[in-house]
Formats: sequence, structure tokens, C-alpha cells
Amino acid sequence: MTTDNGDTAAQVPQAADPLAGAPDVLRAEHIGKRFGAVTALRDINLRLARGEVLGLLGDNGAGKSTLLKILCGFQQQDSGRIVLNGQEVTFKSVDHARSLGIDVVYQDLALVNQLSVYHNMFLNREKVRWPLLSNRTMKRLTRQYLDEVGINIPSVESDVAALSGGQRQAIAVARAVHSNAKILLLDEPLAAMGAKEGAIILDLVRDLKARGDVSVVIIAHNYAQVLEICDRVNLIQQGEITFDKRSADTSLAELNEIVVEEYRRALAERHRQLAGGGPAAS
Amino acid sequence: MSNTVQRAPGVAGQQPEPGTTGNVWRYLRQAGLFMAKQREATVFLVVVLLIVYFGLISSAGRPVFFTKPDLVNLSIIAAPIMIIAYGEVLLLICGEIDLSVGFIYAFTPFIMYFLITYYHFPAFLGIIVAILLVGGGIGWVNAFLTVTLGLPSFVATLGTGFIIGGLTLTMGHGEQAPIPPSALGIGDWFGQANGFAQIIWAAILLVVFHILLRQTPWGLHTIAVGGNALGAREAGVNLARIKFGNFMLTGILGGLAGVQTAFQTNLIDTYSGGAAYQPMFYAVAAAVIGGTAMLGGSGTMIGAFLGAAVLAILIDGFAVIGVSAFPLQIFFGGAILIAMIANVQLARLRVQGRVR
Repeated sequence: MTTDNGDTAAQVPQAADPLAGAPDVLRAEHIGKRFGAVTALRDINLRLARGEVLGLLGDNGAGKSTLLKILCGFQQQDSGRIVLNGQEVTFKSVDHARSLGIDVVYQDLALVNQLSVYHNMFLNREKVRWPLLSNRTMKRLTRQYLDEVGINIPSVESDVAALSGGQRQAIAVARAVHSNAKILLLDEPLAAMGAKEGAIILDLVRDLKARGDVSVVIIAHNYAQVLEICDRVNLIQQGEITFDKRSADTSLAELNEIVVEEYRRALAERHRQLAGGGPAAS
Repeated sequence: MSNTVQRAPGVAGQQPEPGTTGNVWRYLRQAGLFMAKQREATVFLVVVLLIVYFGLISSAGRPVFFTKPDLVNLSIIAAPIMIIAYGEVLLLICGEIDLSVGFIYAFTPFIMYFLITYYHFPAFLGIIVAILLVGGGIGWVNAFLTVTLGLPSFVATLGTGFIIGGLTLTMGHGEQAPIPPSALGIGDWFGQANGFAQIIWAAILLVVFHILLRQTPWGLHTIAVGGNALGAREAGVNLARIKFGNFMLTGILGGLAGVQTAFQTNLIDTYSGGAAYQPMFYAVAAAVIGGTAMLGGSGTMIGAFLGAAVLAILIDGFAVIGVSAFPLQIFFGGAILIAMIANVQLARLRVQGRVR
């Protein structure tokens, strides 16, 4: 339980080893990913226990989104392996990962503006009385889902284009929650959210936590919210997980300290490069 | 006005008038709002106005417009545009376009002719095979070029259109062909004997394709693919399947309309000199006049049906009132533009109303 400080973080980036025998639903081991000359992920080791909510922090470009895309089957890793429920898997596609119980919610990109709320809710999982859609069933269920969550929407029949960013995000999350996924990946679910809508999403995640059988990975920028909702926090820096602690064992001050430290180090590095060996700022 | 008289019989002139004009104003506003909300309603209004206009003009001189022979003529003009437009609506909604469908329209009857005359297919089988083989096959090729090889559909179907046009001229030696005698009986079903057969087909297909678009997962996925391709893919919608299907449906509709027109006119035409572009352009224009967005994601079958009606009434109406063939196209283009401007501006109003 040492506090990483700026000097050691660079040399000792290894996260805590996955606990042997723990009921991990998902483990990523030594994941590496390159895009041409850019190394997005170096050596990612991540584990997710059943019913756990894991917060994934990190600067823009640290590799959070790349990791998420690999975990949901949108992209494939160059090296390393993914272990799902104790078995190594290779995700062929988002559909394939979804069929194995992994669902992802992107930052509100996933909704179709031209479709109604309830059609979005059931897109590609339509309730059908062949060959026709059972719109009535879908409307009823959508109303029910949204009521459970406490999202206020004038009508489930309105187009999602007419909704606010937060409402859209809430619908996307509600959709994923009701997709019977066992692992939910949420990509910045709190971005562009009003206070109330943010609270709705946080409550949704809490409900999931209470269910106990759904594991959640949340990418977020707001450390306070992350600490509040997550069981455990991982920090990605330059393609590696450099920090892995239970929320109870860390604090906002510590997280801030690490990130600021990284920024100072980067700044000092740049100074050195520019000035040919200037003093390190610390 | 009758209200006014009843309420205040003595002073029919001035005092009640604010109330009356208020009522009229409110009705107008409500009608306006309805028009703004229902995009088909606008086009329907245009259809009615055009009928009234041409009706009045032509009845002044010689009452031709909207008589039975004229209705037959209208139907013959409108039906193929409508049938092809249903396919184009599906394609436009999912973000594609088919410029080759007019050539499919011209090519299919020739294949039917060859199958029945030279390969001794039974007439019915020959018709069905020609429609499915040519329409579905070329639709598949269009989709392959667009989806699998990644060409823009505008270019892909331009290319296939030229090729099919060339094939039609080559195989037909640039000459018209007769309807095969063995197909004459069955041709009644495709509009040979009855001038209204084709428009009945168009009406039935309107119902079928309206339901397909609005009430089935296929229609929903088509809108999703055109509205937000990335989101649709993330939801697991199979983009390729939707686009292949819609290209093939469009081809099949083009083939069907072509065979029908061949029976209707008792003639298999080669449509040389780019004449085969015309049905396609009319169909796309009908779809767009009916409120289908060129950018994908939205469109309606009823709108396309009404849009085709607008075009047909313009074509027929100008002929009936005796506008010379030369300036006809000037009016025609102007009418299309006016219809489009009304649509775009009303759509803007709709969006504003929705956001508020």
C-alpha cells in the first residue's frame, strides 16, 4: 500500500497481481496494442471480479478507450490474452462479445436520432410478432425501464433527436442494463451530463451493484464520482496500469497527486528536451 | 360566417367579426401545424391543388383532365414511377442510391423475351425468373460494388447502368421486340388489358412497402443504418445484409415495373439514347418530393407515392391543357423546385417545433 510518487511511478508501473483463485469474470493479461508507430497499450493487466464496479482513470490518450474497444470486441489486441470466466477468448466482433455477455455504452454515439426512444431501446433486439414489430410491447417495456431509472421523458414515442445529451446517455445506459449483459463497459457515461442526469446514471450503476451479478467498468474523468461509485480504481498512464487500489484505500487527494505528479514530470521532461537538460520541476 | 349570422343576426356586419376571424385564423393555424407535422400532408395538398388547377383550366376549353381515358393515362405514367420509387426510398433511407434501376427496367423485359422465346420457358416462369434474376442479380452486383468493394453507390450504379444499357442494346440489336405470344394471356395480370392494373399493383405495393418500412425490424434497421451507421453497427445491426437486401429489392421492383410497362405498351423497348434514365430520375424525384432525405435516415413510402402522383399530374396535366412540348420541361422543373422548397422549409419548421 505504498503511495506511488513521481520518482518511482516511472520505474515501478506494475499493478497488483490478479489474486489467484478470485472469482474474476474478466481478466486482461499483458495486453499490447500498436497503431503504426504509436504504442497505445504496452502491458495492460486488468481484472474484474463478479459484481464489481471498476473505475478506469487516465489522461486523454493514455489508452483507456483503446482498452475498452479491445474488451468489447471492436478491436483486437496485438499481444496478450483475454480470459472470460476462466476461459481464454478471442472476440471476433462486438456482436460476438455481446453474445458472451459483454455490452458497451459509448458516449451517446449509439443512438439513432431518427428513431423513437422505444425503437432505440430495442434496436436489434426488437420484440416481434413475426413479421411485424410489437410496438405496443416495446413501448410498455421502455416506459417501465425508464420509470425504474427515473428518467423523465415526455413520450417514449418522440425521436431521440429531441432529447438532451443526458437523457440520451441515460437511454443508452438503460438499454445496456436491460440487455442481460454480465459485464458492462461504460465509456464516460457522465460526460456532458447535468447534475440530475449524472445522478441518474450513478443510481443506475448502484442498482446494478446491488444486483450483484453484473460487473461494470466505468471510464470517467471526475475522480470524486468515481471514488463514490466504484469498488476499485485503476489508473492508466501511457498504456500501462500504474495504480490499482480499492476505493476505500485511496483518496481524492492521492489520485490528484498522482495525476499532477505525472503532469509535472512530463513538463520537466519537455523542459529538459528543450533546454538540453534543465532542472526537474518538483 | 354562418356562425356570425346565427349569433348576432341583427348586426351581421361588424361586432362579431373579431371572433370570426379569430376562429378562421385558429383553424388555419391548426391546419398549418398539421401540415407542418405530417410531411405527407403537404404533398397531398399539392396533389389536390394540382388536380383542381388542371381541372379548372381544362374544363374551360375541353373537359379532358380527370376523365376516364385521362385517368388511365395518369395511371400509366404514375405507376412505374411509384413502384421504382419504393425501392429508391429504401435505398435513400439507408444512405445509398441506385442510378441503374431504369436500365434494369429496360433490360428485364428483354431477358423475359429471350427466356420465353428462345429457351422455351413457360410464360409465367419466364416472367418471374427474369424479374428475380435481372432485378435481384443486378441489385446484388450494385450492393457488392458498394458494400464489399466500397465504391460510392452513385458511381457504382452509374457504371452498372451503362453496362446494362449497352447489354440491352446489344442483345436486342437496338430494335424493339414484341411480347411473346405465349405470354399474352398472363400479361393481363401485369396490366396488359386493363389500364388500371399497374396502378393497382402500385397501391398494393405501397401498403406492402409501407408496412415493411414502418412495422418490421427490416425497416427499423434500414433507418438505423442510414441515420447512424456506427450506432447501428454497435447495436449489432448487419449493415451489409440491409444494404444488399435493399439494392436487390430496388432491382426487383425495377424489373417488375419494366415488365409491366412492356405488357402495357405491348412492346419491349430498348430505351436507347439514355431514355432509361428517365424512370429512375422520376422515381428519385418522387421520393425526394415526398420528403425522403438525400442524406439518409428518413423517408416515407406514402410520400413517394404522392410525389409520383405530383409528377404524373404535371406531365399529364400540361399535356392536357396544351402546353407545347418545348417549354413543358421548364414548368416541370419549376414545379419540382417549388415542391422541394416547400418541403425543406416545412421540415425546418418541424425541427424547430420539435426542439422547442
